[in-house]
Amino acid sequence: MLKPNTTKGKLIVVEGIDGSGKSTQIDLLFKWLQTQGYSVFFSEWNSSPLVKSTTKAAKKEKSFTPTTFSILHCTDFANRWENGIYPLLKAGAIVLADRYVFTAFARDVARGVDPEWVRNMYSFAIKPDAALYFRVPLDVAVERITAARASLKYYEAGMDLNLSDNINESFKLFQGKILDQYDQMVDEFGLTLIDGTQPVKEQQKKVRVLIKKVLRGWEGLPNPNKPAGSARSSQPAAEKGGKS
Amino acid sequence: MKSPNFYGAGFPYRDIQQLPGKLIVLEGTDGVGRSTQIKLLRRWLEDEGYAVSDTGLTRSTLTASGLEAAKSGHTLGPLTLSLFYLADFADRLENLIIPALQAGFIVLSDRYFYSVMARDAIRGVDKSWSRQLYGIALRPDLILYMKADVPVLAQRLIHGRGLNYWEAGMDLHLADNMYDSFLTYQNLLTKEFDELALTYNFVTVDANQKSDAIFEELKVHILELLHNRLTKTKKPR
Repeated sequence: MLKPNTTKGKLIVVEGIDGSGKSTQIDLLFKWLQTQGYSVFFSEWNSSPLVKSTTKAAKKEKSFTPTTFSILHCTDFANRWENGIYPLLKAGAIVLADRYVFTAFARDVARGVDPEWVRNMYSFAIKPDAALYFRVPLDVAVERITAARASLKYYEAGMDLNLSDNINESFKLFQGKILDQYDQMVDEFGLTLIDGTQPVKEQQKKVRVLIKKVLRGWEGLPNPNKPAGSARSSQPAAEKGGKS
Repeated sequence: MKSPNFYGAGFPYRDIQQLPGKLIVLEGTDGVGRSTQIKLLRRWLEDEGYAVSDTGLTRSTLTASGLEAAKSGHTLGPLTLSLFYLADFADRLENLIIPALQAGFIVLSDRYFYSVMARDAIRGVDKSWSRQLYGIALRPDLILYMKADVPVLAQRLIHGRGLNYWEAGMDLHLADNMYDSFLTYQNLLTKEFDELALTYNFVTVDANQKSDAIFEELKVHILELLHNRLTKTKKPR
């Protein structure tokens, strides 16, 4: 199971299937926290440069098995954890993560990997102070993704599972399996549900209320580059329009 | 014929019915002479008419370049490196070892995951974490643990390919020079191996002996395994 957060920092993560709008929300949250003068950092799923060359090659050659796919994504996470997320939390910063261990639990189990096994693999990670799960019905997410993209990628669509020969159909079936896994994790890990069909601005409002609660009375690492005149809570930054 | 037997989770999405081959593992620290023995054993088994496949740590093409980069940079944390090794292992297990066993081959594995566990344990990686992760592993039919005294290992390496950074455990800052670091590191490894030997039922072989004496001893254990199989399959009449 995940470790309790005993660091001085705060860990906030967003989760949800592709097209749930979580990246838009965390981007807005990141900028807002910056304007508020916090020491805030951002980490994105599958972004460690060292592991990227390996995953890229395997994706191109379609040589992943569900297990190697799972392990290499954890390797990527461990690399970001050891060189970034964990030391920053120790320092007392706020770390925002676009996708966290729950993404692996949802996707890898949807691929057929043993649920206990993958949970153990990520058990070095800390339980977030806030885990926001942006939930949208399958049709909405699929509609958003297919409208925004020219074509879907092989693994993203779960084509390795042989659910369907049609990539759009496979994507839909695969995302449905992932959605089921997410729904099962709401209670298991205490994920906070956010209705991802609401307008971007409404969602952001809720997110900020939730995060304010998490940060109430907390000081953390002072930010030497704090923007001039930034005042926490008294002057909320202007909200920007959403992307999705 | 036997049904596959995994240490733990295995590969739930994979339907593996029978593995008629045999998985034989050679374990032991650096410089113990594993690769020499693998070569000798392979030739001998092929002469006997067995189909043989061999594999060894870090030989997966999936992770080779990543592991290389990781090791040359020295900036990787212990968890990251540990997981790279796990990926290498899983890739070879699913794509090489299992298919070869399905086809009835004898698979000779130059180290398995026990070596990785030993090196990780020294670097502070949680043992029960590793143990559960390697629950994907097949139980070998035979694990031969080649054990030699550390001074013997040092002597062989110095007269052979020389000491290297990782085999000397230089990342652990155990000593101010590679020789002393090697001795300390290999002693720590041997301690871990002795513990693993009990947990995983290794057959210990004295690797202080000359190469041909080791070879003869390894053959005895392998013959025993192969003969058991023959008597077993012939029984039902």
